[in-house]
Amino acid sequence: MALSTEASSRLAAQLDEHQDKISELWVRQVAATLRGRLSQGELDRQIRELFRALRETLAAGTTQLQGDGGEVRALLTELSRARALQGFTSTETAISIFAVKEAFATATDVFNAESQAMGDYISFGSFIDELGLFTFATYAQAREEVIADQAEQLLELATPVVKLWDGVVAVPLVGTLDSARAQVVMERLLQTLVDTGSPYAIIDITGVPAVDTQVAQHVLKTVVAARLMGAECIISGIRPQIAQTIVALGIEFGDIATKATLADALRHALRRSGNSDLVRRGAARREH
Amino acid sequence: MGFAGAADAGETIVISSDEDVVRVRQLTRTVAVRVKLSLVDQTKLVTAASELARNTLVYGGGGSAEVTVVDSGRRRGVRIVFSDQGPGIADLDLALTDGWTSGGGLGLGLSGSRRLVDEFDIQTVVGEGTRITVTKWSR
Amino acid sequence: MERVPVLKIGDFLLVSIQVDMEDQIALQLQEDLSARIVETGVHGVIIDITALDIVDSFVGRMLSTIAAISKVLDAETVVVGMRPAVAITLVELGLSLNGIRTALNVERGMELLARAREDELFLDLGDDDSAETDSDGAAVRS
Repeated sequence: MALSTEASSRLAAQLDEHQDKISELWVRQVAATLRGRLSQGELDRQIRELFRALRETLAAGTTQLQGDGGEVRALLTELSRARALQGFTSTETAISIFAVKEAFATATDVFNAESQAMGDYISFGSFIDELGLFTFATYAQAREEVIADQAEQLLELATPVVKLWDGVVAVPLVGTLDSARAQVVMERLLQTLVDTGSPYAIIDITGVPAVDTQVAQHVLKTVVAARLMGAECIISGIRPQIAQTIVALGIEFGDIATKATLADALRHALRRSGNSDLVRRGAARREH
Repeated sequence: MGFAGAADAGETIVISSDEDVVRVRQLTRTVAVRVKLSLVDQTKLVTAASELARNTLVYGGGGSAEVTVVDSGRRRGVRIVFSDQGPGIADLDLALTDGWTSGGGLGLGLSGSRRLVDEFDIQTVVGEGTRITVTKWSR
Repeated sequence: MERVPVLKIGDFLLVSIQVDMEDQIALQLQEDLSARIVETGVHGVIIDITALDIVDSFVGRMLSTIAAISKVLDAETVVVGMRPAVAITLVELGLSLNGIRTALNVERGMELLARAREDELFLDLGDDDSAETDSDGAAVRS
């Protein structure tokens, strides 16, 4: 139910008249739901600001959140984001807004009021509902951002590239590999090859429970990219189920070196690098 | 944000020589950095732009490239439109096949570029010209 | 017009590509490099592409051509310093740079060329004993 200009100024007058009572009831109800997880001072300040913004919005005859309702909106955004970051639930956050309805009803004794005031109250209720929905949306958005940030941090943590030996780096993959993570690993690994000047990289997948086509493709692309840069990749720790999946999916590993364990892979890399010259020279001399 | 306004209108480079291909690459890089594409995505987009600009020059007999910042609400991206008034492409499916070429190249221009971007659209009319639109979104 | 310098370092020629390649520069480079290979008698060419922020099929083709020309003049080519983002892009583009050896950096490139040269001389030794007097001397290092 839309709020008429006359109704909104009547409501603003009501808010003025019962300011102290409404604020007090509002704060009390919100404080009950938050159960001391927010300081009284902080809560008082938030409600006071909201009350003032709400009163001014109504006094200006605004019934829209856009335009003149901008200040209420900004306050609500700030409040919802803060609540989301502090770990309050969406319900607790929304109640911070909805509580004003009951506070208003009690303070103005709306149940014994004449019909016009009752009508105003109903309109006021739907206006507050609108604000509440906005709070919900903002809260959800803030939470999504938090989740995205955490996912990114997790990605960083979960993909260490370690130098194993002079000229050999390794990336032990643990946990489920999705496409995004596989891509991060790939870039990180290749950059480490450049930074350390290592011509050998071991991708150990002992800790990976399953491999799908997309992930296998990422690993293969990493190997090809490393080769283009002049480095060789060795894949170690392929578990029996994964080997079966790879064959069943028809993924061609071609001439990529695969070893049972990380130790085997390291031995392979060492044999192929520095020592291989000696081995080969010795063999060539013996042939003579 | 002052910069974004300029790019929103799109910036056009006429492609009629080798140096213009270099200029398309440079403009693409600048805009890709501005919308914060990752380094790998920048590299992919600039490479695709280079391939397509060269195509426009070599097969289309010259044309233009328009680089624009696009906004989907959730993400920003770079869109480039290459157009020429050249001979057009008679067999599009064939032209999009890996390894096929009509001009002594490696035959990766179209098919390869398509894999480097998120969206790829091609419109061609024999005897009238070709218009290729590519978009790369930030992640 | 800009020109890509060709430097002789030890037994190798080093080409550091810094500029945006265009047809003319590429052709000029092929000419300069062939002349220098013959003039210096080296058997190895290192092309450093550390400075290139993209490699498209045009540059890829140029690298292949240079490698092929050098091969005919009995010099092995190794491309060094490709950036990760460039390598990832090339894989997606489908450009495999067939017939081109690569190494992470100039030093690794030199090692690779030295080793390749040794292997070749060992093969020569197997075919013909007189190769032991090869002026290069690489085969008789102990």
